[in-house]
Amino acid sequence: MKYMLLIHGASEKCTVDDWMDYGKALTDAGVWVASAPLADQSLTTSVQVTDGGETVVTDGPFAEAREVLGGYYLIDVPDLDAATDWAARCPGARFGGRMVVRPLVDFP
Amino acid sequence: MTGDVNASVEAIFREERGRLLAALVRRFGDLDLAEEVTSEAIEAALIRWPVDGVPASPGAWLMTTARRRAVDRLRRDQTYAARLALLQVEADRAAPPVADGVLPDERLRLFFTCSHPALPEADRGALTLRYLAGLTTAEVARAYLVPVETMAKRLVRAKKKISGARIPFRVPEPHELPARLPGVLQAIYSIFTEGYAASAGPDLVRHDLAEEALRLARILHRLLPGEREVTGLLALMLLTHARRAARTGPDGGLVLLEDQDRSLWDRAMIDEGEPLVVTALTGGPPGPYGVQAAIAALHDEEPTDWPQIVFLYDVLRSLTPSPVVDLNRAVAVAMRDGPEAGLALLDDLAAEPRLRGLHVYPAARGELLRRLGRSAEAATAFREALELVGSEPERRHLLARLDDLNG
Repeated sequence: MKYMLLIHGASEKCTVDDWMDYGKALTDAGVWVASAPLADQSLTTSVQVTDGGETVVTDGPFAEAREVLGGYYLIDVPDLDAATDWAARCPGARFGGRMVVRPLVDFP
Repeated sequence: MTGDVNASVEAIFREERGRLLAALVRRFGDLDLAEEVTSEAIEAALIRWPVDGVPASPGAWLMTTARRRAVDRLRRDQTYAARLALLQVEADRAAPPVADGVLPDERLRLFFTCSHPALPEADRGALTLRYLAGLTTAEVARAYLVPVETMAKRLVRAKKKISGARIPFRVPEPHELPARLPGVLQAIYSIFTEGYAASAGPDLVRHDLAEEALRLARILHRLLPGEREVTGLLALMLLTHARRAARTGPDGGLVLLEDQDRSLWDRAMIDEGEPLVVTALTGGPPGPYGVQAAIAALHDEEPTDWPQIVFLYDVLRSLTPSPVVDLNRAVAVAMRDGPEAGLALLDDLAAEPRLRGLHVYPAARGELLRRLGRSAEAATAFREALELVGSEPERRHLLARLDDLNG
């Protein structure tokens, strides 16, 4: 079962080494599928298409610092307990940050 | 004759439903399927047993029947089956019928699933009642005083999370237990407290619900005999429930501990609970349920040892600080040192937001003010409590206190 681990409000106290070690642990365990860090949220742009077919591009939206989505890991593990265990090991879970665990739709 | 068979069949189902369901969940890893075939097996038993007689091993008969139904269902629904290891299912079909007395007890896994931290706390007690105590959805709804449809929706939503997010059916590893066991204990205790001091409605104690909680605690205690907090929870519930008959008077009003008729206390339950308290508090640092059980044990003694109760509340406060513990401690201090001392402690809690909206705070204040002869202030506090109180026996008690003050 695939789970997306979303990194919200990661602290700057997490070092590059912390993130590298975590990524290595995921690949060593054979559960890593994909991952990516997102660039600074000040670079965020929204796009919506109105009922009239007009494309509207706007700056933002901007979340509060502790809610900013900073990146994700996609992992493949047997169940939610395994997913939350991996989320707990992520540097993003510490120093006031929060990991949000979402299962992917499981197509039979 | 048929009536006798039906009565014994019902009794067996009560006992077997949770076991059967847990064993089927373990085998097929799917709560919905397990639930359906459990019901079908029981229906089959209702038709067959009155004719053929109750089998020698009813549990094994039900398990064999349910497993066959599950396999039939999976064969019909291939997409569904594809998601549940089909090979295992085929092997299962070829397996011999369940032998007598070897039905494995898989309920511990189910306890942990129903109380999983990823499920809403408010639903964990309901899930435990439904799947481990074997209550119907309608019975669970009645227990929580909500419409059947509301409860059905909550259970369906929880079940969807269990299967959709794949919350596992497993017993946590020993190193995980300290984090996971309190959730299971809390779910059972929430059933007990819901039954005990019914937060709303005509009865102070909904005995059936408190007794379901006791039954669940006994099962858990058998499954985890070495866990001292499980022992502590069972002891706490036994020693509290022992006073049930004395807690309401002939008029249906609440009776405070000091006015209770001791002869109405359930001696057998106290005798069962007391040695469990000793076990719960021996062999390691005390846990919150063990300490609360010890407090309950002291309430069951005559005379009540208030200094010791105050000491235990201090211990409890260091383990699980909460304004409700502070409030109970203040009342115990009042009993030990007089109402003035207790009232001073209560006044310190006046601004506590977590006590706001609870009738117990003004009710306790009113009682201490009454004992100090400060009638006008006592009446104000009792009136405040009356606006917040939900249960009828407590309302009667407060009204009687007000009457005394006015008269």
